[in-house]
This record gives sequence, structure tokens and C-alpha cells, in this order.
Amino acid sequence: MSTDRSRWRALLVLLAALVLSVGVIACGDDDDDETGAADTAAEAGGQIQSNPENGDVTITVGSKNFTEQIVLGEIYAQALEAAGYRVNKKLNLGSELIALKALNQGEITGYPEYVSTALTSFFDVPPEQVPGDPQRGADQAKADFEKQGLTSFAPTPFASANAVGTLKSTADELGLTKVSDLEGESQNLTLFGSPECRQRVDCLVGLEGPYGLEFKKFTPVDIELRYTVLDKGQADLSILFTTDAQLAAEADKYVILEDDKGVFPAGNVVFVTDQATVNEAGPDYQETIELVQEGLTEEVMQELDARVDIDRQTPAETATQYLQEEGYIE
Amino acid sequence: MTPELPLSVLGLFGEAFEFIFNEQEAQTGTVMVGGPEQVLELAWEQLKITAYALALSLVVALPVGVWLGHLGKGEMAAVSIGNAGRAVPELALIAFMAAVIGVGVVPLTIALAVLGIPPILTNSFVAVRQVDRGAVDAARGMGMSEGDVIRRVELPLAVPLIMGGVRTATINIVATATIAPLAGVLTLGDFILSRNVYGDEGVLAGAICIALLALALELALAGLQRLMTSPGLRLQRA
Amino acid sequence: MTEPLSVLAQVEIRDRGGDASCEQANDLFCPGWAIENFDRYVDPTLEHLVLVGASMAAGFTIAFALALLAHRFNWLSTPFLAATGVLYTVPSIAFFFLLLPITGLGRTTAIIALTAFTLQILFRNIVTGLNGVPGEVKDAGRGMGLSDRQLLWRAELPLAVPEIFAGLRIATVSTVALATLAVFANGGGLGVPIYEQIEFKTNIIVAGGLCMLMAILFDVALLLVQRALTPWLRVAR
Repeated sequence: MSTDRSRWRALLVLLAALVLSVGVIACGDDDDDETGAADTAAEAGGQIQSNPENGDVTITVGSKNFTEQIVLGEIYAQALEAAGYRVNKKLNLGSELIALKALNQGEITGYPEYVSTALTSFFDVPPEQVPGDPQRGADQAKADFEKQGLTSFAPTPFASANAVGTLKSTADELGLTKVSDLEGESQNLTLFGSPECRQRVDCLVGLEGPYGLEFKKFTPVDIELRYTVLDKGQADLSILFTTDAQLAAEADKYVILEDDKGVFPAGNVVFVTDQATVNEAGPDYQETIELVQEGLTEEVMQELDARVDIDRQTPAETATQYLQEEGYIE
Repeated sequence: MTPELPLSVLGLFGEAFEFIFNEQEAQTGTVMVGGPEQVLELAWEQLKITAYALALSLVVALPVGVWLGHLGKGEMAAVSIGNAGRAVPELALIAFMAAVIGVGVVPLTIALAVLGIPPILTNSFVAVRQVDRGAVDAARGMGMSEGDVIRRVELPLAVPLIMGGVRTATINIVATATIAPLAGVLTLGDFILSRNVYGDEGVLAGAICIALLALALELALAGLQRLMTSPGLRLQRA
Repeated sequence: MTEPLSVLAQVEIRDRGGDASCEQANDLFCPGWAIENFDRYVDPTLEHLVLVGASMAAGFTIAFALALLAHRFNWLSTPFLAATGVLYTVPSIAFFFLLLPITGLGRTTAIIALTAFTLQILFRNIVTGLNGVPGEVKDAGRGMGLSDRQLLWRAELPLAVPEIFAGLRIATVSTVALATLAVFANGGGLGVPIYEQIEFKTNIIVAGGLCMLMAILFDVALLLVQRALTPWLRVAR
């Protein structure tokens, strides 16, 4: 009996090791950076090691002003800290132009930005021309950033986009599956979005332009209220994000209309930083960032968003949980 | 403080004025923003919501305050409500209203009225209460009804203090109406809250316009107070 | 609620299909959550205290100086009243951003704007308090050979305490409430948790409640200090 049990145990250990290594290889980064050298902190798919050489470098991580961004900022900040850097955080700065300004003025050293936002907002690319392929988009953004003395790293697995959303009941009642279906209906419907949505191409301007829609009324509300106004029946339509927690948690309640004209391009996240810091901080900077974001699939990002927006955890807590659950830190 | 500071400060103020008087392209591109049309439109919205909230506050608080003051009852309540009203945190009030009731003109009017009612209630109570008893007795002696006493004796003498309450209420309401864009009503606060769109010059322009609007309202109300104060009292107040 | 559906070095995707807890459903008030997560509000409360304390201290100092000047040179009353009136009327959020080119955004900006707001109330009450001192008291004082300065500090100010403190109480309570807006100036305070989760009802109630509690405590504390400074008034009762 005991030998049987020990044999089973050995088999189980072997199996676990096999699965683990398969998982490691599958999740391991496919970039071309050096591994195994004693002075790098990141190991493909594994735990971040603190590298004392990084202690002289201070990195200030910024973020934009909504949940997903703050969680991302926390993840990167905590990861860099684990890698031995001295890290300051300046999260919740504002929208993209404010974050970029902070970066250019040296207030922050880097922040996570969506490729689509970077291309449309910073580099004047029309939304329909944003590359669908994440790598191409990231490369294009990187090239444009480099012209400004900045640079960006590899894209995250997940992408997020603005979207027009509504209650499932409304969608069923009016037969809405894509945004163009709103033609002829939108004059009777109210749209709720952030105040700045009125002036953004990837928001109201895009809906009124390429889609040619006119709404009964556009009401500005704080971005955090985007689901509240649907729930209360005040909004017929609301501007949502495709990675919102509520979409997964209450999948039968809300519906996103398909963006058939490509006005709301999806963007993977790239960490934008200045070239000087990249040179100063050594290889661990980019490697650590690209390592910890490997686990950020759409499902995972949605889960993290849910932990903050639904479970009411703090972004910092959530980021720590993510890093621990994925095995990047202890 | 570098030597360039004064110049850059002037520069930004200059850009802000430019923003008020000339439409320009938004920081986010394509759309035109700023210019007198948008400024006046948002200012008008801010005035409207202020007026609605003030009207509601007056309708609720003025009769109650005057009546209680006339009767001389409920001093503790009237004063406490005034004190409590001052302690209401504006942001929490708006957030609570948006999360619980909803967004838009009606909920916002109610929320802003919550800020406007306490000063009007307290002030109208105190104003009527402190009217010289001698004058009131004389009026009663002349055979005036209670309603007449209030209308023709107490109220005219109470006007200065009541108007003081109205002015306080208005300042609170106008100031809080600045963050109304978070809760469904576009006011001049939009320039400040959407810094991404309007840029620093837009933000500064918004701040200037809001300040001017508040000052203009205050001056108008002060003038109104003067007009409504009976001449005899006006001499007294100097 | 938290049933891991995936294991092995991956983020656990929680099952939210079951009954929602109080905070998940965003019920009106979740006492359990509030108690458990109270530590989130500690730092904002401390920041809030700093904002209020600093602006009240600065405001009182400045208003006091202005009032003494106006007491000495009567003609200064009207212009000072007008100037502080302007500072009072300009909405604080607008003030934050009027300071944008000069002090940028941050705690300093918030404190400057909040200080400006308090000046009129304090100035007016201190002046009224000093003016309300009966003439006989001043005569008696002069008769006793007190200099102007001694008269001020030994006779006039003590008698003006009730009026001054009335102003202090009003100003402090108003400032505590107003400081929630400091979040828009990146100045911290209890406005930060409110703004960050503006739709979470329990959050609003806790942060807003802490704010109002702070206001009440300040009010009571000032009242007690006032009573302590005016023992003669207690005897009269």
C-alpha cells in the first residue's frame, strides 16, 4: 500500500511539474531578451527577483483616472518595486493628454496607455485606421513615441475599447445588435457619457460623424456612473468599456452594441516611458513590466476590474493579489 | 520662482482670455470649443440651475422661517438647521444624490436646495424674531390681522437679514453648481472638469468666468437688497 | 462567493453569480463593509484635518491682523470688507484653478483657496466684536491709565471673544465641508475617497459622515474653548 501511495505521489508531482512547465512555457515571454544572467530581475514566467543594482533608480508610475488604469498602475509599480527599484506612484492623473503632459514634464516616468488612444489622440490617426493587429498597433505607436523622446514597451494580451452599451431589455425591444442599428432610433434615445465624451472622436463625435446619429439628448455624468444611469432607467444608452467588470458579472443585463464602423478602436495597453529612463534603469525596467503584464488576458483584466468595482477592494490590494496569484511576487 | 514666472503667468491668463473670446480647436482635436457662444451657454445653464434651486429653497424655507419667527417658536430648530446645513459636504451631497436618486436637473435642484434652505431658514427666522416688539404691538393695537402684521411690519423690517440669507444661499448654490457636469447638468464647471479637452487655458478661462458670474450675482443681489430695504432702515444701517 | 474556477499560477476568477453581498449590490449602507474597511479613510481624514487646520490658522491670523488695522484706522473697514467679500464670493473650485498658473495644483493651492474663503466671516466677526465693546469699558480702562494697546488686549478683545468665536465656529464648519472639494485641486482630503468611488453609497456615507462628524467636533471644541475664555459670562448665568 505505502509504495503504491508513494508511487501515486511521485506521479502526481511529475504531473504537476509537467503542467507547471507547460504553463510556464505557454505564458513565458516570447521577446528576445537575455535570461539566466545573474543581474536580471525578471525570469520568464516566474518570480521577480530583486536586483540591488536597481536601487539607485527612482521610477514614478502614473496612470489615468479610471479603475482599470489605476489597477494597471499599481501592478506595474509593485512589480518594479519587487525588482528593486525605488518607486513612487502618481495615479489618477486625469485623461490621456494630462498624463502625457505629466510624462513630458518629468512628473512621472511612465504610465500605461492604450495603443488606440495614443494613435488617435496623440498622433492624429483616424479611428478607422488604427491597426487591428495588436503588435502592429504597438509598433506604430512606439515609432511615433520615439520621435518625441519617449518609447513604449510590448502590448498587453488584453485590449479595451469604448463601446455603446444598453440594457439587454432595451436592446431586445429595439432590435439592437450593432451601433448602426441605432439609425432611425437614436433620436428617441438618450445617451449618457463623460463630459469630455462630447469632444472626443472615439466617443460622441464619432457617433455623430461616421455613424451620423443624432440623439434625443446627451447627458454628461461622471465616468463611474456609467452603469448606475442604466440601472436607474435614466439612460437609454451609455458609454461603457469592453473590459468592464459589470459586463461579465451581469452578462444577462447589459449588452454592448457592435462597433461595425470601427469608430471605437480597441487598444492593447503599452507602458509609455521616456528614453532617458530606459537607458538609466537597465534591462530590468522593460523586462519586469513586460513580464507582469503577460497574465493580463481580457478575462483576467475584467476580473481585476470586478474586484475593485464590484467587490469594493482597493486597486493596490487587487494588484498585489494579481501579482501573487500569478506567482510574480511572493 | 524663476524670472520667467511673471511672464508665463501673464501668458496663460492671456491664453485664457483668448479662449473666452475666440473659438478654438479642442485639445482632443477636430471639435471647436470655447468662444463666447459656449461660455455664455454654460453660464446661462449655471444661472438657471441656481435660480431653480434658489426658488425651491425660498419656497420651502422662507414661509417656515418667517412664520416660526413671528410665533417666536422653534428657535433651537431653526438655528440648528442653519448650523447643520453649513456642515453638509458639497461633494458628498452631489455624489449621494447621483447614486441614490439620479442625475439631471430635478435631482440636482433638490440637492442644491439642501444647501440653500438652511441659511434662508435661519436668517428669516432670526430676521423676523428680532423685529422690534414695540412696532409689532403697535401694529396689533391698530387692529392689523396677523397676516398684515407679518406682511406690513415684520417682513419689511426683516428684509436686510433675509436677503443676507439669500445671498449666502446663492453663493453656496452657485459654487456647488460648478461640479454639476458630473451629475447631468452642463455648467461652466465643464471647462474645469474636462481639462483634457479644454487645456490649461480653458480651465483658467472657466475659473475666471465662474468667479465673474458669482461676483456679478452677488452684486446684483446686494443691489436688490438695497432696493428692498426700506429707506428708514437704510439710513440706520450706515 | 469566491469560488476559484481556475487554479495553478493564475488569477482566480471569482464566481459572482450567487447572491451579491451588501457592498456588491451597492445597498444604501453596509455597516459591515464600513467597519472592515475603515482604515481606508484614515489617511484622507488626516489630510482633511491638515487642510482645515492650516487654512483656519492662516485665515484667523490674516483676518485678525486686518481687523486690528481696521479697528485702528476705521476707514479701512469698508475696503477690507469688500476685498474679503470678493474672496468669499469666488467659488473655491474656481479659486483653485485661478491659482493654477501660480502655485499649480496640490495641497498648497487648496489651503490658499480655503483660507481666502474664511477671511470675510472672521474679519467681520472680529471687527463687530471689537466694535461691540461698550464705551464705558473703554472709558474705564483709559481712566485706569491703560494704554491703547493694553486696552485692546486686556479689555476689548476678551469682551469680543463671543463674537469672534461665533465667527470661528461658522468659518471652521464651513471650511470642513468645503475641503471636500480639495480633491479637484489634487489637495487630498475626504473628497478623494468620495470622488474615486462616486457611485458606492456606503463610501459616500462614511466619508461624508466623517466630514460632518469632524465639523461637529470642531464646533463643540471651539464652543468649549470660548466658554473657558469667558468665565465671567458663566457667573452671570
